[in-house]
Amino acid sequence: MSLLVGLFFAIGTYLILTKSLLRIILGTSIISHGVHLLILTMGGLKTGGPPLLGLQDLPFTDALPQALILTAIVINFATTALFLVLSYRAYKVLGTDDTDQMRGNHDE
Amino acid sequence: MSWLHIMILIPFLFAIIVPFIYRVFAPRIHTGWFVLSVPSVIFLYLLMYIPIISTGETILISVPWIPSYGINYTTYIDGLSLVFGLVITGIGALVVLYSIYYMSKLKESLHNFYVYLLLFMGAMLGLVFSDNILVLYVFWELTSISSFLLIAYWYQRERSRYGAQKSMNITIFGGLAMLAGFIMLSMMTETYSIREMINQTDSIYEHSLFLPAMILLLLGAFTKSAQFPFSIWLPDAMEAPTPISAYLHSATMVKAGIYLVARMTPIFGGTPEWFWLVTSAGLITLLYGSLTAVKQTDLKALLAYSTISQLGLIMSLLGMGSASLYYGTGDEASMYAAAVLAAIFHLINHSTFKGSLFMVVGIIDHETGTRDIRRLGGLMHLMPISFTLAIIGGFSMAGLPPFNGFLSKEMFFTAVLNASDMSIFSMESLGVIIPVIAWAASVFTFIYCMILIFKTFTGKYKPKKLEKAAHEAPVGMLVPPVILSSLVIIIFFFPNVLSQYILKPAMGAVLPAYSQPGEIEIKISAWHGWNTELFMTLGVVGAGTFLYLYLKKWIGIYSIYPYSMTFNNFYNQGLGKIEDMSLTLTKSYMTGFIRDYFVYVFTFLIIIIGGSMLFLDGAAFDAGNNAPVSIYEGVLIISMITAALTVLFSKSRLTAIVAVGALGYLVSLFFVIFRAPDLALTQLVVETVTTALFLLCFYHLPEIRREAVRVKFRMTNLVISLGVGAIVAILALSANGTRLFEPIAYYYENSYELAGARNIVNAILVDFRGIDTMLEIFVLGIASLGVYTLVKLRISGRDRSERTK
Amino acid sequence: MKEPNDIILHAVIKVAVVIIFTFSINLFFSGHHNPGGGFIGGLGFSAALTLLFLAFDIETVRQNIPVDFKVLTAIGVLIAVFTGVGGIVFGAPFLTQAFNYFDIPVFGKTELATAVLFDIGVAMAVIGTSMSIILSIGDDH
Repeated sequence: MSLLVGLFFAIGTYLILTKSLLRIILGTSIISHGVHLLILTMGGLKTGGPPLLGLQDLPFTDALPQALILTAIVINFATTALFLVLSYRAYKVLGTDDTDQMRGNHDE
Repeated sequence: MSWLHIMILIPFLFAIIVPFIYRVFAPRIHTGWFVLSVPSVIFLYLLMYIPIISTGETILISVPWIPSYGINYTTYIDGLSLVFGLVITGIGALVVLYSIYYMSKLKESLHNFYVYLLLFMGAMLGLVFSDNILVLYVFWELTSISSFLLIAYWYQRERSRYGAQKSMNITIFGGLAMLAGFIMLSMMTETYSIREMINQTDSIYEHSLFLPAMILLLLGAFTKSAQFPFSIWLPDAMEAPTPISAYLHSATMVKAGIYLVARMTPIFGGTPEWFWLVTSAGLITLLYGSLTAVKQTDLKALLAYSTISQLGLIMSLLGMGSASLYYGTGDEASMYAAAVLAAIFHLINHSTFKGSLFMVVGIIDHETGTRDIRRLGGLMHLMPISFTLAIIGGFSMAGLPPFNGFLSKEMFFTAVLNASDMSIFSMESLGVIIPVIAWAASVFTFIYCMILIFKTFTGKYKPKKLEKAAHEAPVGMLVPPVILSSLVIIIFFFPNVLSQYILKPAMGAVLPAYSQPGEIEIKISAWHGWNTELFMTLGVVGAGTFLYLYLKKWIGIYSIYPYSMTFNNFYNQGLGKIEDMSLTLTKSYMTGFIRDYFVYVFTFLIIIIGGSMLFLDGAAFDAGNNAPVSIYEGVLIISMITAALTVLFSKSRLTAIVAVGALGYLVSLFFVIFRAPDLALTQLVVETVTTALFLLCFYHLPEIRREAVRVKFRMTNLVISLGVGAIVAILALSANGTRLFEPIAYYYENSYELAGARNIVNAILVDFRGIDTMLEIFVLGIASLGVYTLVKLRISGRDRSERTK
Repeated sequence: MKEPNDIILHAVIKVAVVIIFTFSINLFFSGHHNPGGGFIGGLGFSAALTLLFLAFDIETVRQNIPVDFKVLTAIGVLIAVFTGVGGIVFGAPFLTQAFNYFDIPVFGKTELATAVLFDIGVAMAVIGTSMSIILSIGDDH
């Protein structure tokens, strides 16, 4: 499980380090999956009952990480959308999706 | 809050309302009239303390500022701070009055001017009245900043900006050194209060940090007080308007270093290191300043160097006076204590005569349009009052009777003669040099005073070289220098009144052994028989007159010394080099390529997390908490790995997107397995919407190209990403294996009773951690607005570039 | 957006959207005790709407659902904030949620919690956000 998280991070990082905007966005999205799984892992993978009271008398899994992840997922959705639109506009305005060509003014 | 605190805060508060006053009354009434009330009121208020302080009492009022760090805003009034407070507000009031006539109310942006001036005044008052070293430091830097702003007041001029930057660089550098010294001091004594430090003098002296702390503190003091070789900023600071030069750069701010040395004398004084450092710095500065002043052709530059030289004089007096602490009490101790008295006496005298001289120079500048000695001359008949004022100030500075400068100069000679007889601090061999330096410097002081007076006011009037026809200044401009000049004479005739009420308490603050009145009898008198001091003065006058008359013959000597060897040149070269170097350094890593920045980020991530895990033994593996991997999970993991790798190696964007989407669905399946139904549902829907979004966007975006990149590039990426992956995997494993405390989730189990909800996750979201969720939807809203703006509203500039593409 | 002139798609989606709507509303209300809640309900709702937009023309749908989703977001956030402020009005800390049981004629014994109000705000914000993002992108050519 943890190894999977590591793999997600490795692939995501590799994608972010490439020059294409597309790949960078895909990379962030993979890393965020990794983060979700990481938080879940940290909460312990005791496969207990779902955190619903009154369902059955099993021990629950840790509900706090789940709440955190739920928030993370939704925020991730918003930021991904923003990032997408940003890159889309950048591509339209600058005519490239190569980050190397997207440098600002050269005399900073 | 006591009245004293309020008095210190008044300038700051008034600075806030000055712009409004300016706006309301702007061209009709000069803003200075309003500002004038501030220093006047504080001056009168401080006068009330003289009777209390002169009996040897001190006043300590404390207001907590940052109590958790033991930082209190403690005001402390003793003789020393009172002297400074009076000088600051007294000269301040006169300078404001003078500036009303000097600064045109039509042309100048007066609100800026007076805001900076009040800022400075408040900072300076805070500096001298605070007992807490950190508060003192804050005010110290505030004076540097306000001085910077005032020097650059005419920011259109390049010289002003240069001078402001220079003074800022040097004084802030010194201030930082001083801060380090302060911190060392507080480490030694475990207090921030100067009072309490003085009580622990013995333990400080034995501490290993004693010498570093002392040197750092002195660096601060020397830079502020323009001691050699840090004096180079003061002449350039003369670009400020003349009232400012009179106020900051001769009467008050440059004396902050003197104040610090005097304040710290009870802590460090009585040791050979302190004695030698302070005395020699002072003497060298004295000689250097007077020698350099002689060759100046700009009146203000001349005054600047003379200020440097006079500051050196005061500094050396304080240094020699510190020997008194070595002896404690007794005849020898009081002999050197006289030097401290002389230092404070000269400090006051210098403020009076130098202030009036600056104002006279300002008048000349204002009425003739130039300060160049070569273009001036014969103003005696045109400006008789200014001439008289210049004579009073100049003769006082030269050390002639019947002006106060004579008294303090005589006391200075007494002090150097005493010092040369000193039998401690290995003075036997070197002691002779001190009177010689002092005498030579006095000769040159005499010469430049004569230059200042006679080159400007006598000789031939050269109206063609002047921009305006010279005439006497308006009355208001003459009042402040007249007051100061009359003080110069009054002090000469009644020095002991001043001494009784002001100087002795101040001396008591520097030398705690004499803090009670009546323990020491020092009479200041103009006539004390035909002694060595008098002969020295006569010699100064004789040699000075002789050299002044033959000035043309030997002035050429100065040009022998090459400019490239001056400290000014070193400063300019050094500054240029540093700027170049930092530019190169910054450019070397701020490449502008986003990938490079990512490389930095990830590399530091690996180093920091990996390093801390390595050194703090954070990596602990414990499989005990892990649930066994079932077949379902195994299959899921394998398919997730496949999906992730597909993203990595896919050649078409569609494959990549679909693979990422598949990954998301698989993750949501994982959530199901790990008993997180809410998550699974959310993930499922989010993934759907996100994938739709991706597809929409990629409809417009280009196809992923084959990246034709070098192997090295790929290898770097590979290494870094593998590193990140490994680090995170280890992190996850050890987080899994380490249980520091019970999961707090058990506290949520009574969610049904508390929130009426059986779904704990939901109860956490909407109830227990409601603010989180609320802010989260804020984020959502902001993101949607951002997207909307990006797509719909186009900035006209961008649109244009889009069209050109 | 191109118009996929597909009758089968239209027919299926008309049914599917209704089902999804019902399901997401169900999810939303069950959120208090069972899996579900504001986020999921809102997202499900917007997924259904997206489906509609995909199947039909944007203009057609917009005529039938004349809602400005940006305003919806704002309303949602406001509702959430005001339920929080409500806590303050009754002297409790910000965002304190209350609940009680009422006997409502048709539904029988029903629990009403202010948390549900808050959740409605969340759901509206989520719907507004996701829809305005999608519509902005989809509109742009």
